[in-house]
Amino acid sequence: MADLDSSAALQQQVQDAINTRTPLNICGGNSKTFLGRHPEGKALPVSAHRGIVEYDPRELVLSARAGTPLAEIETALSDAGQMLTFEPPHFGENATLGGTIACGLSGPRRPYAGAARDAVLGCKIINGRAELLQFGGQVMKNVAGYDVSRLMAGAYGTLGVLLEISMKVLPRPAASLTLIHECPQQEAIQRMSQLLSQPVPVDAACYHAGQCHIRLAGSEQAVKHAHEHLGGEVLEKAAPFWHTLREQQLPFFHSDAPLYRVMVKPDSAPLPIAGSWLLDWGGAQRWLVSDEPVAKIRERVAAVGGHVTCFRSHDSHDEVFATLSAPLLTIHQRLKNSFDPHAIFNRGRMYPGL
Amino acid sequence: MTVAAPAIANRTLSQEALINGLLALLPGSAVLTDPEDLRPFECDALSVYRRLPLVVVLPETIAQVQAIMRLCHTLRVPVVARGAGTGLSGGALPLADGVLLSLARFTRILHIDPHNAMATLQPGVRNLAISEAAAAHGMYYAPDPSSQIACSIGGNVAENSGGVHCLKYGLTVHNILMLKLVTMEGELLSIGSETLDSPGYDLLALLTGSEGMLGIIVEVTVKLLARPERAQVVLAAFDDVVKAGEAVGAIIAAGIIPAGLEMMDRLAIQAAEDFAHAGYPRDAEAILLCELDGSNAEVSEYIMAVRRVLTQSGATEVRTAVDEAERQLFWKGRKSAFPAVGRISPDYYCMDGTIPRRQLPQVLRQISQWSQEYGLAVANVFHAGDGNLHPLILFDANKPGELARTEEFGRRILQLCVEVGGTITGEHGVGMEKIDQMCSQFRSAELSQFHAVKAAFDPAGLLNPGKAVPTLQRCAEFGAMHVHHGQLSHPELERY
Ligand SMILES: Cc1cc2nc3c(=O)[nH]c(=O)nc-3n(C[C@H](O)[C@H](O)[C@H](O)COP(=O)(O)OP(=O)(O)OC[C@H]3O[C@@H](n4cnc5c(N)ncnc54)[C@H](O)[C@@H]3O)c2cc1C
Repeated sequence: MADLDSSAALQQQVQDAINTRTPLNICGGNSKTFLGRHPEGKALPVSAHRGIVEYDPRELVLSARAGTPLAEIETALSDAGQMLTFEPPHFGENATLGGTIACGLSGPRRPYAGAARDAVLGCKIINGRAELLQFGGQVMKNVAGYDVSRLMAGAYGTLGVLLEISMKVLPRPAASLTLIHECPQQEAIQRMSQLLSQPVPVDAACYHAGQCHIRLAGSEQAVKHAHEHLGGEVLEKAAPFWHTLREQQLPFFHSDAPLYRVMVKPDSAPLPIAGSWLLDWGGAQRWLVSDEPVAKIRERVAAVGGHVTCFRSHDSHDEVFATLSAPLLTIHQRLKNSFDPHAIFNRGRMYPGL
Repeated sequence: MTVAAPAIANRTLSQEALINGLLALLPGSAVLTDPEDLRPFECDALSVYRRLPLVVVLPETIAQVQAIMRLCHTLRVPVVARGAGTGLSGGALPLADGVLLSLARFTRILHIDPHNAMATLQPGVRNLAISEAAAAHGMYYAPDPSSQIACSIGGNVAENSGGVHCLKYGLTVHNILMLKLVTMEGELLSIGSETLDSPGYDLLALLTGSEGMLGIIVEVTVKLLARPERAQVVLAAFDDVVKAGEAVGAIIAAGIIPAGLEMMDRLAIQAAEDFAHAGYPRDAEAILLCELDGSNAEVSEYIMAVRRVLTQSGATEVRTAVDEAERQLFWKGRKSAFPAVGRISPDYYCMDGTIPRRQLPQVLRQISQWSQEYGLAVANVFHAGDGNLHPLILFDANKPGELARTEEFGRRILQLCVEVGGTITGEHGVGMEKIDQMCSQFRSAELSQFHAVKAAFDPAGLLNPGKAVPTLQRCAEFGAMHVHHGQLSHPELERY
C-alpha cells in the first residue's frame, strides 16, 4: 500500500506553492468541478493518494485516503453488509472520498441519518503552512481539541488538503420499501413533515412529478409494520429511483436553465417562485429549475428563513452561496487565515477572498 | 489546589472600575462580589479544583451579555462562562482576576415546533426539561447525559455531551441546528440555521465541544425526535469483565445498533444496587444493559437476536425488563452510579477516555492490574457501545498523597487510551483537568492550529484562558517530566 501513500509528495508540492506564492486548485476525480465558484490556481491532483487504510466492520469505522474512489469504499462496505450513512451523490464515476467530504454532499438519507459531516470522525490534512496535521480519530466520541475534522466537511478545500478521513459507518438495513402517494405539493409537504413527529422508520422522502415517495428502512418487522400504518402503493424499482434522484439523472435535472438548491424548514409552504420544483429531504432541500433572476430567488427564500445555492448552469464568477453577514464573514476570513495564511488553497471557490 | 480570591480591601483600581462598570449594566442582584455569594461558583463537579472569581454576573438578556462582554473586552478582563456547573473537567473553574458569567437565569423554552422537529431554548434550560416539554408532542431530545436533571443545554453544547443513547442517536453535535453566540468583542452571531445546513464553514460543528473558549452560547435550537413506540432493555450478567467486553463487539457484529449499550463492573453494581435497588445481580462480575427501541414488533425481533448473542458470549443470566417500571429502574441504577459510588468512598475521580471497542477487554484488564498496584479501587461504569470508559478511581483526599497517586493512576489510564488508538476525553472535555494530557494526544503543529482557531474568534485571548488547549511552553515542561518510551514530546522546544 506504500506506493498509494503520496502524502510526502503532496506536502512538498504545498511547500513549493507557499515558497512561490502559487495558488493551488485541489483536484480529486474532477466530478464536482461544476460546484461552487470558478476554480483558480495550479492543479494539485490528489487522486493518486488512495486506498482504504483501515476497516474493521465491528468498529463501525472506515478510514481511507482522500483520493480513494467512492465506489471502491462503497463496495468494501457493501461486502461487509455495511454502508455510508449519508448516501453521498457521486456526480461522476471518478468521485473520490476527499471531494465528497470537501463539498459536504449528502444524499436522500441525510435528514434521517445525518449529513457527511456527521459521519466524519477524524482526518489528516496539510494546512497552508505545509504542516501535516491530524485531528479527531477512529473512535465514536472524542472531544479533545476543537472539532477541526467536521469543519473540513463542506469547506471546499479552502482550509487545507484532505489526506485521510475516518468515518462512522452503519449496517445496511435488513429491509427497505418505497411507498408512493399521488398528491399536490402542499399535501406532500404536510405528509412528509408530519412523519418527523411519528415513530416510523423513514429513511428518505421526496416529492416529484405529483408523487410523494417515502422510503422505509429497518428490520423486516419494522418495515412491514410501517407499511401497514402508512398505506400507499409500493414502488417496484425503488433502488434505481433513489439512485437517479441522488445523482440528478432524473429528466427534471436535464435542463439548460439554472438549477438552484433551496434550503428551507421542511414544513414551509410551496414557495412563490416560477419554475419547476422537486422536493427532497422530506421537503427540507428543494431543487428549483428557474429562469427567474437569482436576486429575486434569494430574497423570496430568505424571507422564509432559508438560503439558496446556485448549483448548476450558473455564472461561476458570481456569488454561488448565500451571502454571509459581516461579522460571520470576518470570522470566516480569520479562520481561513489561521489555516491558510498565504491563501494558497482553492482561492475564491466558496466566496471571493476566502 | 485551592487558590484564594483577593480580599475586597485589596482590590485594585481596575478591579473597582470593572465592578462599577458591571453595576452600571446590571441590577445589583445580578452582580455578586461577596465571598459568601461567590462560594457556590468556586468549582464545577470536579471539585478538586477550586478558585473564587473576582465577580459573578447573572445576566438575563442577550443584550446584557453583549454589554458585559464589550466591557470586559475593553478592560481586558478574562471571562469564564458557566452553565449548571456539572462539568467534570474544571471547564467552568473561575479565574481569580476574572468575571464568571453564569447563564443560570436563561431558563426559558422559547419555542417547540413539532412539524419541523425542533425546539429553541435559552442556554440555561436543563437537558431533561427539553424532553419533558417535547413529550406533549410525542417527541424528545436524544442526548441524555447522566447529569440530565441538572446540566444545561448550553453546557451540553460547550462540551458536546453524550449520554447512554448516543450510540444510535449521536452526540450533541448531531442533534443541534443553530446557536446564537456572543463573541468576546460583544458581537451577536447566528451559527447554523433552522434549515438542515447553512452557507459557509461548519461553525456549528466547530463550536460544539469548544468548552467556552470561542464564545458565549446564548440560544440553542435542537433537533427533536419522535419517541419510539417501544423501548426495552435487556440485562446480561457475566462472571468475567473481559467476556462482557467481548459481548459488546459481538452485538455490533450481529448488525444491531442498540439504542444504548452500557456496562458496569462488580464494584459499580454493588454501589448502584445499594443506592437505587435496581435489581442488579449482586454476584456478577459485570453487567451489560442493552436497550433496543423501535416499533413493537421490531423490538421483539431485536431482543431475540440480542439474547442469543449474549448467551453465546457466555452471559450467566439474561433478563428482559418485564415492564416499563422495571426498565426505568434498570436505568435508574445506571444513571445514579456516580453518586452511588460517591457514597461508598470519601472521594472518587472520574476518568473519561475513549478506545476502539476491540480494545475493551485488554484495557479493562490493565486497569484492574494497576488498581492493585496502586492500592486504589476502581469502579467501571461506562458507555461500552461507544468504547467510552469511565473508570472511577476511589480515594480519600484526606490521606496524604492519595490524591497525587490517584492523579498519576488516572494519567496512565489516559495515556493507555491514546496508545491503543483512542482519546483522552470522550465527552467530559479537557478543561483544566486534562490540559497536560493534550500534549500526549497532539503535536505542536496541531496545538498551534488550535490556538489559531481560538484567535479567529477571540483575538484578545480573554475567553476561558488557560483551559482546553495547552501552550507549547506548558507541553515542553510536561514532556520534560514525562519522557515517554525514551522519546521527548515536542522536541523542537527548549527545555527549562
Ligand atoms: C453525575 C454526573 C454525571 C455526568 N454524566 C455525563 C454523561 O453521561 N455524559 C456527558 O457527556 N457528561 C456527563 N457529565 C458531565 C457534565 O454534566 C456535562 O459536561 C454537561 O454538559 C455540563 O453542563 P453544565 O451546564 O453543567 O456546564 P458547566 O459545567 O457549567 O460548564 C461546562 C463548560 O461549558 C462552558 N459553558 C457552559 N455554558 C456555556 C455557555 N452558555 N456558553 C459557552 N460556554 C459555556 C463552561 O465554560 C465550561 O467550560 C456528568 C456530570 C456529573 C456530575
